[in-house]
Amino acid sequence: MGGPLLRVENLVKHFPVKGALFSREVDQVRAVDGVSFCIDAGETLGLVGESGCGKSTTGRCILRLTEPTSGEVWFDGRNVTAMDAQALRLVRRDMQIIFQDPYASLNPRMTVGAIVGEALTIHKLANNAQEYDDRVVHLLETVGLHADHMRRYPHEFSGGQRQRIGIARALAVSPKLIVCDEPVSALDVSVQAQVINLLEDLQQKFNLTYLFVAHDLSVVEHISTRVVVMYLGRIVEIATARELYTTPKHPYTEALLSAAPIPDPQVKRKRIVLEGDVPNPMRPPSGCHFHPRCPRATERCASEAPLLREIAPGRVSACHFSA
Amino acid sequence: MGRYFLRRLLIAIPSLLGISLVLFAVLALAPGDPFEELATNPNVPAEVRANLRAQFGLDDPVAIRYVRWFTAMTKGDWGFSFVSRVDVDQLILQRLPTTLLVIGSSQLLALLIALPIGVYAATRPYSLFDQIANTFAFIGFSLPTFFTGILFILIFSITLDWLPFIYRADISATGWHWYWEHFKQALMPVAVLGLFQGASWTRYVRSAVLDVIRLDYVTTARSKGLGEITVVVKHVVRNALIPVVTLVALQMPAIFGGAIVTEQIFRVPGIGSLLISSILANDTPVIMAVTFVFSCLVILFNLLADVLYGWLDPRISYR
Repeated sequence: MGGPLLRVENLVKHFPVKGALFSREVDQVRAVDGVSFCIDAGETLGLVGESGCGKSTTGRCILRLTEPTSGEVWFDGRNVTAMDAQALRLVRRDMQIIFQDPYASLNPRMTVGAIVGEALTIHKLANNAQEYDDRVVHLLETVGLHADHMRRYPHEFSGGQRQRIGIARALAVSPKLIVCDEPVSALDVSVQAQVINLLEDLQQKFNLTYLFVAHDLSVVEHISTRVVVMYLGRIVEIATARELYTTPKHPYTEALLSAAPIPDPQVKRKRIVLEGDVPNPMRPPSGCHFHPRCPRATERCASEAPLLREIAPGRVSACHFSA
Repeated sequence: MGRYFLRRLLIAIPSLLGISLVLFAVLALAPGDPFEELATNPNVPAEVRANLRAQFGLDDPVAIRYVRWFTAMTKGDWGFSFVSRVDVDQLILQRLPTTLLVIGSSQLLALLIALPIGVYAATRPYSLFDQIANTFAFIGFSLPTFFTGILFILIFSITLDWLPFIYRADISATGWHWYWEHFKQALMPVAVLGLFQGASWTRYVRSAVLDVIRLDYVTTARSKGLGEITVVVKHVVRNALIPVVTLVALQMPAIFGGAIVTEQIFRVPGIGSLLISSILANDTPVIMAVTFVFSCLVILFNLLADVLYGWLDPRISYR
């Protein structure tokens, strides 16, 4: 087939902010502001950035769980953004999502078996009750749960187990792409590792492609092939995981990396402390979104938005000064 | 589950005892005399009234009267109405069908309004439909029933002369005509109560659905490839219904208690108007019986709501 499995082109999502009277649109939150990237089959693309930079929204827009304002999403040679409801339901067999909060993402009134198996019924993937049960049991065992968990309810499980249920649910339709929307952020550190390992095992076993949204840099470094860094709705840098962590090209990436803790108190290093807060996404700064906090900013940065440009093969950065 | 139910019923006994004690004490403290009429009638000698009072034991101390009432009640003797001169239980049974019909169908109407409109409005929050529904809901529950009732009578009975404004339990027509007459006279009270109740329930259903619809498991359901209707019915409404069912269940005793004001306006001969007329006539046995039955129902429906919780929400188990 060739080409990437998923191609996102100039994706934009603006959330309208409405006034009180007659609900006129008074402003927009530019959650995602022109984002483009590709994911190749079988790879894991990490998507990092601080809270509110639009990573989750990007993930949801790709699946059209949030309707994008403009831009295109091409999955497996098909334009997802142009699909009607019928085609969209079908494509959801191939694209799935795992949510951040395992407590909110499972319907409390359904048994685990029903949660995992519902998609089988919808897409008519099981021919009879026996096959359905076998599939559900198999899925539960694949993610490290037991067959007798089928008849229990979500509240009887721990956070890690619930996230496993969420993964089993996503796997039910044998998808090609799974958007992992901060799948381990809500879990204990010890459980995080288990779930990450599970995700890696599953990727090998079923040849899955992941879009891994997270804000934990060490987790992303561990699991990702390539990493996309976002700031205030825009991509600032794309690089392979190793390159990004050793030689960041964008000042924001540098600052982000220097803020990540290193589990060794002996290590002394220069920390880049960013000043100020993330600007209001309703009124992003002119030019480069990062310039008010950037240690390297010049006048040019305030007037001219840097384009994403290739600075080395497979390496892009949106900074006037990256080289 | 069975044991839980039994325990709750046993707990209900002391509460009911307490309630009856308070009710009885309040009624005993209230001024007034069921035989007041006799006092103002110059043809009746004072001894007759005194004898009657003595005969019914009205001059005994409150404690003795309470014990007497209580023992009679446990034997199934609810007392005797001073005014109507029939047994209280008969009186209540006479009024019950009308109340059940009128109030019951008004609650049903309220549900039929609130559920679809509330759910639809919540799936499209702040849309035109939602805003219109909200506006009407606000108007609906801001207008008291005694106002809308009289307004309805003015429009549909006086001006247009379509509907009767006095409810009659004894309609002499036969066959289809009988049903038609009943339908016509029930229409206004049912509409007044149903619209009022439906308006506030619409708001309630809307907010309950809005609470659920933004949760991740609803998005999960969509990402599974479910159709929008299935998502809303199976994943949203069933979860949103838990608080709604509670609210409705706790409103149910009102069906028996009747809507006192509305029954009064439309002259519906139901339990509510029975309570009002017996209060005005100092007919203590009737007041006592009606209020006591009402408290029993409140306790029963509370219990029922708790049981319903368990059925609706698997996180709740009874021990």
